[in-house]
Amino acid sequence: MATPQDLDILGRQIAQEIGTDILSWSVSHGELVMTVERPSIIRVLTYLRDSESLQFSQLMDVCGVDYLGRELRFDVVYHLLSLLRNQRIRIKVEVEEGVPVPSVTSVYSSANWWEREVFDLYGIPFEDHPDLRRILTDYGFEGYPLRKDFPLTGYVEVRYDEDQKRVVYEPVKLPQAFRNFDFESPWEGMEFAVETLFPMKAGRRSDG
Amino acid sequence: MAESPQKKSANRQNFTLNFGPQHPAAHGVLRLILEMDGEVVERADPHIGLLHRGTEKLIEYKTYPQAIPYFDRLDYVSPMCQEHAFALAVEKLLGLDIPPRAKYIRVLFAEITRILNHLLNITTMALDVGAITPLLWGFEEREILMGFYERVSGARMHANYFRPGGVQKDLPPGLMEDIAAFADRFPQVIDDLERLLTDNRIFKQRTVSIGIVTSDQALDWGFSGPMLRASNIAWDLRRNQPYEVYDQMDFLIPVGKNGDCYDRYLVRMEEMRQSVRIIKQCLDQMPEGLVKVKNYKVTTPPREEMKTSMEALIHHFKLYTEGYHVPKGETYTVVEAPKGEFGVYLVSDGSNRPYRCKIRPPSFAFLQAFDLMTKGHMLADVPSIIGSLDIVFGEIDR
Repeated sequence: MATPQDLDILGRQIAQEIGTDILSWSVSHGELVMTVERPSIIRVLTYLRDSESLQFSQLMDVCGVDYLGRELRFDVVYHLLSLLRNQRIRIKVEVEEGVPVPSVTSVYSSANWWEREVFDLYGIPFEDHPDLRRILTDYGFEGYPLRKDFPLTGYVEVRYDEDQKRVVYEPVKLPQAFRNFDFESPWEGMEFAVETLFPMKAGRRSDG
Repeated sequence: MAESPQKKSANRQNFTLNFGPQHPAAHGVLRLILEMDGEVVERADPHIGLLHRGTEKLIEYKTYPQAIPYFDRLDYVSPMCQEHAFALAVEKLLGLDIPPRAKYIRVLFAEITRILNHLLNITTMALDVGAITPLLWGFEEREILMGFYERVSGARMHANYFRPGGVQKDLPPGLMEDIAAFADRFPQVIDDLERLLTDNRIFKQRTVSIGIVTSDQALDWGFSGPMLRASNIAWDLRRNQPYEVYDQMDFLIPVGKNGDCYDRYLVRMEEMRQSVRIIKQCLDQMPEGLVKVKNYKVTTPPREEMKTSMEALIHHFKLYTEGYHVPKGETYTVVEAPKGEFGVYLVSDGSNRPYRCKIRPPSFAFLQAFDLMTKGHMLADVPSIIGSLDIVFGEIDR
């Protein structure tokens, strides 16, 4: 198992060799995270795969994360694994809505479906992808369900129509609106008050 | 369909075949569009997502304790292993170290789950290629294993047993003896199954040299677990990146040579024997003590304490309404699930709900390489390849 020190060394090594492509890197929770420029993702992954001393030969996962409200709204996250070094690395690309990310299917075949999934759920297009179709959602689905501004209940529901003898789509009708219970304790955000009123308690969080 | 004139004149043309989504050999709701040249598959296009339930979206709207049951419903033939990945991910972000007894119980049940999964896969694959008896024998054993599940968690399948901070309840009295008795007897069942299948002429004709994946291809397509090992790569997260107490266990990692359906079968068969070994070691070494951390912000207080202690009652109430807050951060945590690398990419924003919970199912990657495996094979090989992939649509479609 790679220790954080090993990952630190690895991070330095990579940053030294392809530093211009890397925006930032860090080791947190025992995992190496790198943020790279969108146009250089293919170059970075090719380097990581082909470098004799690294050999990140497996792309285990590609996924999106939606940070609604951020200027570069989405993260596309790649998880690589090197069997040789027994280390993992997480590569992140930040991207605006509607801006395509270069597809890495030419580097790793396994990227194909993962990228389709990201496209399907987040609507991030991938440039030069051989077969960019929806994958998980229904045929003819509209919208990108894992975006933070997509409602949990969705927009349509289906039922079998006896007259038309087929399944029909209708706008979603809820007998009761979806309730989002907020159980957060009102005291959680009161740290500033605790600090001013009870200075001796300051720093002692309620979750001790 | 594109068709060349010569082919037409020879009165032959390609045609597409729709396989599934309701087909007993598809192991769930898989729809395959097969482009056939006579009886030979030229291109396979799996259509997935027919069991998509939006698990990842739902988890974003649930507190951490409420998210665990969703993991049982992903790969519903190996539920506890997926809970394990989520529990480890949350513990990593919380910085929790769980008591040794909880670790042993987790390993014990992870291995029971592995047998549960492999029994289903091997026997249904045998059923797909024409052998009924293994299924009947194997399911009898699965029933016993699910009995263990029930005794420890109250549910036969959707256990919700591994929680962040440990396991929900201690083992009931007598369970360890019964598991030990099972572990003593079960290798005999594996022998019986092997006698039916391993040298069986029909079984070998249907599986040897079918669906070959080379080592390079297996890496390129992101394979893991038995699929990777059958392609001659000795890689097992339990050994290479050990979690819980796997580093104290003595077990072997079977590796295949050819990467065909038959090797995958052999690897799984041997893994069951190794799982039995791990189970026995767990039972021998099982320490006494707590089964979950005594931090009532994360785990429930004991029932008897709640009868007398106001504090415990409040903790219980808060845990089941608000849940607990996980510090800001992100982690990609993996376990060696029976099918391969099951990963959870958990992003926390410091609130009581996951900001993002990406589930990385192993069989998604296997099915993706399906076109590669079936190209040039006969239609009759398709079921045996699907069987050897060990796919479950709960986790592929999520």
